[in-house]
Amino acid sequence: MSNNINLRKGLNVPLAGAAVQTVKKVLKPGVVAIRPTDFRNLTPKLLVKEGDKVLVGSPVLADKMSQNILFTSPVSGVVTEVVRGEKRKLLAVLIKADDVQEYVDFGVRNVDELDAEAVKAALLESGLWPAFVQRPYGVIANPEVAPKAIYVSAFATAPLAADVEFALKGEAENIQTAVKAIAKLTEGGVHVSFNGKVKSQFAGLEGIVAHSFTGKHPAGNVGVQINNIKPINKGDVVWTISMQMLAAIGKLFNTGRYDVSRKVAICGPMAINPCYIQAVPGFSMKDIQEFYGNAAEEIRFVSGDALSGANIGAEGSLRFQDNQITLLQEGNDYEAFGWAKPFRFNQFSSSHTYFHWMLGWLTPEKKYDLDTNLHGGERAFVVSDVYGKVLPMSIFPIYLAKACLAGDIDKMEKFGIYEVLEEDLALCEYVCPSKIDIQAIIAKGIDTMIKEMA
Amino acid sequence: MNVRNIVDKIKPTFEKGGKLGFLHSTFDAFETFMFVPNTVTKKGSHLRDCVDIKRVMIIMVIALVPAFLFGIWNTGYQHSVAFNMNWTFLQMVWYGLLKIVPLYLVTYIVGLGIEFTVAQIRGHEVNEGYLVTGFILPLIVPVDVPLWMLAIATAFAVIFAKEVFGGTGMNIWNPALIARAFLFFSYPSKMSGDQIWIGGLNRYAEQGTAWATTGGHVIDGFSGATPLANPEGYSALQMFLGNIPGAVGETSVIAILLGAALLLFTGVASWKIMLSSVAGGLLIGWLGHIGGATELPAYYQLIMGGFLFGSVFMATDPVTAAQTEVGKWIYGFLVGALAVIVRLWNPGYAEGMMLAILLMNTFAPIIDHCVIECTLKAKARKYNKVA
Repeated sequence: MSNNINLRKGLNVPLAGAAVQTVKKVLKPGVVAIRPTDFRNLTPKLLVKEGDKVLVGSPVLADKMSQNILFTSPVSGVVTEVVRGEKRKLLAVLIKADDVQEYVDFGVRNVDELDAEAVKAALLESGLWPAFVQRPYGVIANPEVAPKAIYVSAFATAPLAADVEFALKGEAENIQTAVKAIAKLTEGGVHVSFNGKVKSQFAGLEGIVAHSFTGKHPAGNVGVQINNIKPINKGDVVWTISMQMLAAIGKLFNTGRYDVSRKVAICGPMAINPCYIQAVPGFSMKDIQEFYGNAAEEIRFVSGDALSGANIGAEGSLRFQDNQITLLQEGNDYEAFGWAKPFRFNQFSSSHTYFHWMLGWLTPEKKYDLDTNLHGGERAFVVSDVYGKVLPMSIFPIYLAKACLAGDIDKMEKFGIYEVLEEDLALCEYVCPSKIDIQAIIAKGIDTMIKEMA
Repeated sequence: MNVRNIVDKIKPTFEKGGKLGFLHSTFDAFETFMFVPNTVTKKGSHLRDCVDIKRVMIIMVIALVPAFLFGIWNTGYQHSVAFNMNWTFLQMVWYGLLKIVPLYLVTYIVGLGIEFTVAQIRGHEVNEGYLVTGFILPLIVPVDVPLWMLAIATAFAVIFAKEVFGGTGMNIWNPALIARAFLFFSYPSKMSGDQIWIGGLNRYAEQGTAWATTGGHVIDGFSGATPLANPEGYSALQMFLGNIPGAVGETSVIAILLGAALLLFTGVASWKIMLSSVAGGLLIGWLGHIGGATELPAYYQLIMGGFLFGSVFMATDPVTAAQTEVGKWIYGFLVGALAVIVRLWNPGYAEGMMLAILLMNTFAPIIDHCVIECTLKAKARKYNKVA
């Protein structure tokens, strides 16, 4: 494409354990969890009680703040448990799936005949509305506010991320339906960003504004793409949605069913035979034991990618928005004189103080069994130019982080808090020699903004 | 992993509630020195790059080693020349060691002592930053500096230039330069003049002997002046090689360039600052030359005195330098330019590098502020045009 945007900054972390592009298993759901903690700043209202029978698409939770936003069950079965934590905080609703899945019928609809209100109502009622993530802040989109535009990333660059082209093969028709539907919700159009190096099966989508990006991670992050297409200013609201959720929206209109099942990449250095499985969000890690064996206590289970995913633990479940489970080794061992060795062949560093960047010329395909060790102690900010090298956005990451730490709203605004989510700065955190938890700092900043600007 | 077993065995003694719990930070410093700790990521990215501040700092120290080694030899060589001793290489190195090892003992014992104590009081981990500061400091002082002065200067710098701000990463000025500035203004007689740059000259002037017993004699008409005070006394080649009087580590351009090569190769120091500083020095040196302020061609400004050492090792300190990329160009350029301006137009000070860097350390945050404001304004303009 002629107007390709090439992002020169970034880093592909060479993590071993990429998923082979075959679907090895269609997971028959056991106990599925619906977790309000998958969504930022959500106060849930429970709509079911233990023992209730639900169908695929039956409402389970609602958003207390705007109660027309529903969260529906991905399986049909019986509510077995409502898990609560401290101060009775709702952590999860567990649903035991039936052998035969029954669906709520939302009715097949022709999107060409629907207006914006009808599309909105259909998405709210079916439980697909939470697929819209609002920027700024990364919260569920507010149905009352029309976004300036809707952005979609049609490729992923995160370590071992599920390949969009493979995971959504054959879904072009559904995605086309979804694009037609959601285009009615905004004046600014549906912006889809493609990988400039791949001929996408979705390139022919009608009614989109197509963009093309090339570059290393985080070029595939929608936040980075927005920043390079049209930065978000104060007062702007845009929405983002993933390709797989577009497919689900398409299926809703084309089949009348709430179907969020997806191909999930089971990957990472600890994954046995990394591959794809077909599963619904909320499936339990216990259901995929064949992919990690009996060493669960030495494994970190991550829903999402290794840089920005969530540590869900051996009892955890796939988050609503994710299509990747990364299995990492817990790095709780000591390494004698690690920092002083001239070479560390089993570790990876993008820093030129080790010489991996030269090894990279010799063995560009080498992958590393990276573990979760911090590789050092936490320090103050010392080195100043490391973040900029991996962040292809026109913001000031160190100054933003400092503003977040100080809780200074004016400065956060100035330095770009509206444009970022944690995932966009995950690489900064990865490369940081001072081992500063940038993502936690940004999250704190976003929380402050939500509280103060509400 | 026998050592590991021993460490694990004694570790509880140093933990909270243990007998030696008050030495926790000290124990931790030595433990993490030997072993990369077993901490795993708790928040955010599950994977982390294996680079840490220890690695960055050790590269910095290694980059200083050529200048350090050359300084040891040159100290002996200068003494040998001044007193007409005709020493062998080993004798020169031995004399150099006798002179320079005590400097290192003083800076590290005093500096690390304070660092460890402060870390202990605050309950922090000991920061690695002082390894570099303590390594640089003896290289930028005259070899004959009295040890007690060095001790006071070190203590002053570590406490008032670093710890009061919160330790490494929070300081405004380069601590090693603050120590040198402290010496320079407190004890000017020991920090400037022609007598101080060669080991033994001071003692000879006061007591008539350079050595405790044997004592040589300074050769007639010998001047210990550095090229800054006496540029005709040395050829450009000598300045480049470094067998001239001067502060311990600053004389050899070759040794400094070796260090610079490592810093640039590993990306530890900013090439933008180094390059722009050299450019600034050359420009002002050239203007001074054609304007008649000096007869020396511009490149002399680079190879004389502490200019290159300062540009490569001290102006590039990432904590005290400008942090924005555009800011680095401005900062570096002004460091180089100011250093040469002081040299050429201020008869009071022969050398301007120390003051130039400290001054620009002070202004670095303002440079960054201006750069950011301009960038944001340009961004807003662009946005409004699109919208």
